[in-house]
Order: sequence, then structure tokens, then C-alpha cells
Amino acid sequence: MGYNWHWRVLFETEPGGTGSYLHYLIVGLGWTLATALAAWVLALAIGSIVGTVRTTRITWLVRLGNLYVEIFRNVPLIVQMFLWFFVVPELLPTALGDWVKQMPPPWGSYLPAVMCLAIFTSVRVAEQVRAGINSLPRGQRMAGIANGLTETQAYRYVILPQAFRIILPPLTSEFMNVIKNSSVALTIGLLELTGRARAMQEFSFRVFEAFTAATVIYLLTNLIVVLAMRALEKKVRVPGLIAASGAVQAGH
Amino acid sequence: MFSGYDFDVIQRSLGYLFMEGMVFTLTLTALAMTGGIIFGTLLAMMRLSAFKPLSALAGGYVNLMRSVPLLLVIFWFFFLVPYIGAWVTGSNQPVKVGAWMSAVITFTMFEAAYYCEIMRAGIQSIARGQVWSGYALGLNYWQTMGHIVLPQAFRNMIPVLLTQTIILFQDTSLVYVISATDFLGAAVKVANRDYRLVEMYTFVAVVYFIVSYSLSLLVKRLQDKVAIIR
Repeated sequence: MGYNWHWRVLFETEPGGTGSYLHYLIVGLGWTLATALAAWVLALAIGSIVGTVRTTRITWLVRLGNLYVEIFRNVPLIVQMFLWFFVVPELLPTALGDWVKQMPPPWGSYLPAVMCLAIFTSVRVAEQVRAGINSLPRGQRMAGIANGLTETQAYRYVILPQAFRIILPPLTSEFMNVIKNSSVALTIGLLELTGRARAMQEFSFRVFEAFTAATVIYLLTNLIVVLAMRALEKKVRVPGLIAASGAVQAGH
Repeated sequence: MFSGYDFDVIQRSLGYLFMEGMVFTLTLTALAMTGGIIFGTLLAMMRLSAFKPLSALAGGYVNLMRSVPLLLVIFWFFFLVPYIGAWVTGSNQPVKVGAWMSAVITFTMFEAAYYCEIMRAGIQSIARGQVWSGYALGLNYWQTMGHIVLPQAFRNMIPVLLTQTIILFQDTSLVYVISATDFLGAAVKVANRDYRLVEMYTFVAVVYFIVSYSLSLLVKRLQDKVAIIR
């Protein structure tokens, strides 16, 4: 098709002089994972709380949870990224806003990116947690209460331990989503894997080598995550339950 | 907090934002949805085919698309489509393709992978006896699919297909990275020209929210309506 491949470009030095292009991309993968992991930890914490709260009978808390979910589910990720990067520092108290704006790169992009991805992903985690809790028979909660547990204890010792083990497979795909979604951080200047592939393409004019390399790195990362999670799923599966595959869902 | 908030910039650019930006976004969404569902259904039929190479090919395509970020796919197609164009037309120079064409092709190809998984689940939700009775009546594969299986699968999956379309509508905003003038792209251009980032980005978020949220309410109502009582 008239394209001359030149794979050795991966071992040529990138203009920044930090090493080869391949090394440049691998560092990008490091930033991708650092962003995704930090966001994932936060998302898991926030999402679990919001998802659990939405299954309680405290009406105002349920409404608040619904509002949270609807807001962050219905605004595109890139727009949320811009809001965290451009708008939030303006709305903070002046001193704090200035401090955020003057953070040295890449932290000035890293922090908003993590916050954005954490909130965005927490909504999806919350939906999974809620679905997991609702998939349990009502009798579980009732049996807990009948045994003298308080509502909180019933959640802590009966409902949540089962719900989390059931929703592990969908959570795995959410974790892979956060890795993929972290690429949107390139729009606010974070040089993660996709951003670095684009930069490499601009420096070296080797378009398809750069994107192929990035694609392969993403595929390998996915493979490792899938294998690791499959092992974990096997370990924590609730005996007697057919592995929950969950209903088919829309996604990106 | 809202002192010094310039609402006027929004009013001044409304025409540009909606007549150019939003029209781009909605047309792209509609085209990619139509193309994506058609291609996705074909992929689903391939994936469920008993002919192994065919199902492996479709499976490989779907898994590849679902494992890489959409942004990377957008970049891929942005540079790849000119070469494919050259290959198709037989010219030895890459064909010039604008951001618009590139975006339509990218989103159709990318979303097809997601629509495929939905349609596959839809087809698999149909009882096997339906297919057998089709064959027993003397219909061939395409007739059985077209008249018996797909209409039911489609009906069962309408809510999920539409939810996927809402996500597609939101994801089209990523064409910003290839400098297309979609709704977000238009807003970014105004924001940078007038240096009104806070106002424009807040406004964009509000508009996306209103559209997506109304659509999701609609899907919820439809869900109750099309649910087949079993």
C-alpha cells in the first residue's frame, strides 16, 4: 500500500534525549497505569459508598446518590476533563486555585486527570455495586436483621461481602475501561501512552510504527489484567453460584 | 463565584455552536449508529457462525477494537484512511480525507464492535426452537435470520442499543483531537478566541447533560413499553 515500514525507529533516540522511542512509550505506559490505578482506588471507594447508599431506605441519601450518578454519567469524559483542568481551579478560593495552576508539569495535568477519571469511573462502579446488592435475594438482609444484626452490620457482614464477589467480573471490565479512558488525559497535556505515541509520530514521522507499538502495548496490558483478574475471580467465587456474567451492557 | 461570568459570549455564539457544532455531532451520531448497527449485526452473525475462521475473524476484530482506547483508534483511522482510500482507488498517493469523513468511518467501525456484542446477546436470547421451526418451514439461513431471529433480537435489545447510542453521542466529542468542529470543537474555538473558557466549558457540559439525560429518560420509558411479557 505504498508505506515503507521502518521498525528500527523504535530504537532511535527521541528528541528529548531521555532514551529510545521504545523507552519513551514504556514511560508513557507508566503514566497511563499511574493515572488509572490512582483513579481506580478512588473510584472503588467512592463508587462503593454511593452504590451502597442507593440501596438503603434513606430517601434523601438515595436521591443524592441518584443525582450524583446522573450528573457524571451524562457529561462526556473529555468535557469533564476540561472542567477539572480549566474550570475547577477558577472556582476554588484564589490561593488554592493559583497553587493548582502553578503545579509543575506533569503534576498540573496528572491531578485533574486522576480526579476526573476517579469521579467518572465511580459512577460506573456505583451502578455495578447497586446491581450486585439488588441481585441478592431479599432474604439475605432479612435473615441478617432477624439474627439481631443492625442494618449497618447486615451490610458489612452479609450483603456487601457477597455483592462484591458477584460483581468482580464487571468490575474487571471497568478497570480496563479506566486504563483506556486515561488516554483522554492527553487532551489536558498528560503524556501517557496514547499521547506519547502521537508525539512520537510528530517527531519521527513514523505514524504507523508509533501507533502499532502503542496498540501492542495496550493489548499486552489488557492480557495481563484479564489473566490476573481471572485468577482472582476463581479464588473468590461464591461457591454454589454460577459465575455471574451480568446482563449485556452498553460501554465504551 | 459567578461574578465576572460573561453569559453574553454564549448568546453571541449560539448560532455557531448549534448550527455548526451540534449539527455535526448529531449527524455523526446518526450515521455512526446506523452504520454501526448494520455492521455490528453482520459481525454478530459472523461471530455466531459455525464456520470457525469466520467467527475467529469477527471475534478478533471485536476484541481488538474493545481493547484499545477510542482516542488511539481515532488517530489510527485519521492516518490510515488516506492509505486505504489510495488502495481502493488505485492511486499511489494517499487520498486526502477530511476530519469529517475520517470521523464517520472511525465511529462506524469502532461502535460496530460494541453493537456487535449487544446484537450477539440479543440473538443468543432467542430460543433455539425458533431457528429450528424456521428451517422446518423451509426457510434458508438468511430468511430465518431476517424474518424470525433478528426482528426479535433487535426488539429485545432496543434499550441497550439506545443506551449505547447515548454513549456514542457523548464519545463523538473526542473528535476534538483531530480538530473537527463538533459541538465541543466549536465551543473550544469560541473559548480560545474570546478567552472565555469557564463559561463555554460549563455551557457545553450543561447542554450535553440535558440531551443525554433526556434521552436516557426516553430509553427508560421505552424499556417498559417494548418489554415482552413472558
